[in-house]
Order: sequence, then structure tokens, then C-alpha cells
Amino acid sequence: MTPLDIVLLVAVLLLGVAFYGLLITRNLIKMVVVLQLLVKGVVLALVLAGNVGGRAALGHSIAVTVIVADTVVAVVALALAVQVRLRFGTLDIPGISSLKG
Amino acid sequence: MENAVYITLGLGAVFCAYRAVIAVRLLSSMLYLACVSALVSILLYLMGAIEVAVIELSVGAGLVTVLFVYALSVVGEDARDLLSVIPKPLAWFTILLVAGLVAWLTFPTLPRPAQDGILSLKEALWQRRALDVWVQIALIFSGVMGVLGLLADTGRGPAAQPLEPKSARIAHQPEEDAE
Repeated sequence: MTPLDIVLLVAVLLLGVAFYGLLITRNLIKMVVVLQLLVKGVVLALVLAGNVGGRAALGHSIAVTVIVADTVVAVVALALAVQVRLRFGTLDIPGISSLKG
Repeated sequence: MENAVYITLGLGAVFCAYRAVIAVRLLSSMLYLACVSALVSILLYLMGAIEVAVIELSVGAGLVTVLFVYALSVVGEDARDLLSVIPKPLAWFTILLVAGLVAWLTFPTLPRPAQDGILSLKEALWQRRALDVWVQIALIFSGVMGVLGLLADTGRGPAAQPLEPKSARIAHQPEEDAE
């Protein structure tokens, strides 16, 4: 087993743990944390794909783009979560749902 | 020896990720996320992605953690995670099945590493992918607007009155009592 095989397994495990977190989480801020975990696995997989595909620089540049986009997503999602907490008094997703039926 | 370093870092990252998911306190979850980010950045450095590792460490483990802690300080320490809607064994079974399938499909076909020593990250980012660098600039502008939203109107405190209808508040009352 080479180091790249180990990194692939780590990326898959990180994605699995993060998807599990998305399934069981109902707190808005915790959901943003779990999304960040998901993107860590994606960044690892992108750099790995660039390395094994012979286009390392392209993989690295896409990974940088993903990190920037993920940070912006986290900032906007946290701002929304704070506003939801201030307006509804809770961060629980079923608690802020206004749809009936 | 090299494999041992990768395995240690990888297992540490996965363990911290799992602890971040199951942690009851949000602050613990955020600190575990910062640990995952630091360990992943070391892995990236060992793989030769030095620039990506530096950005991941400074942004992922630094800036994002500060933003999370600030948001938590605004919403209050009582914002704990609640019980899951989906049964946890079912979630585990689904995720393990999907992760196993992905690993089974990907693992045998992983080719040996090849290097492109000609193309640099600078050239790839600024010349070959100039369009999405502009998209990144727009995204960063959106991030600045997001920070303004995060900072806006936080003086009311977490005890602000909810704006939902009265009937909805009554419907949610038994859940709040049960907590």
C-alpha cells in the first residue's frame, strides 16, 4: 500500500463521516461544521487526483478554488444561522420550519 | 516509515472528524474541526501541495475557526445539537455502504503517480484558469457581504422574540419542554 492509497482511504473515510454527520445533524451551525468536514475530504481527493493524473498543478489550483468557495459558503451560512437564531430563537431545523402538513 | 506517518495523520484526521460530528457542545465540534484542518494540511504538504497546505492551514484552521467561535459567541452557549431525526444505525449503514462502494470502485484503479514538472501552480491558476479566478474574486466579495451580515444587528441578543406565528410557537412548545 502506497501513501497515495492511504490518502485515498482517508478522503473516502472523511467523506463518509461527513455524510453521516449531515444525516444526523439538525443544528444549523453544526451543519456548517459538517459541511467543512466534507470539503476537507474533497480537497484531499482533488490533490490526490491531480497527483496521480499527472496534472498536479491543475489539481492544486482547483483545490485552492474549492477552499475559497467553501470559506465563503461558511461565512454566508453562519451569517444566516445567526440571523435565524436572532429571529426565531432557535437553531433547530424542525423548530424553524413554518410549513404545516 | 513513510506509510506510518500517513496512517497516523489520516487516522487522526478521521478520529477528529468523527468527534466533531458526535460532539454535544458546538465549541468542541469547532475545535475538532480545526484539528482536522491542521492534520489535512500536513497531509497536503507531504503530498507536495505546499501552497494548498498553507492556504488550508491559514484559512481552514485559522479564519474559519475564528468565524465559528464568533458566531457561537453571538448565538450563545445554549445552542447545543439535538437528537437525530434519522436513526443512527440506519445512517451508519447507508454511509458505510456508500463509502465501501466508492473505495471498492476507486481503489484498484489508482495509477502510479506521475509528475508534470513543467506547469507551475502560478501558471495553472492565472493563465489556464483565469475565468474562475474572477469567480473567486466575486466569491470573496460575497464573503465580505456575509461577514457584514454576520456582524449586522447582533445587539438584540439571543433572547430576541421569535417572529413565527403564535400557533407555530404553541406547536413547538412540547419539544422545547422535552429538551
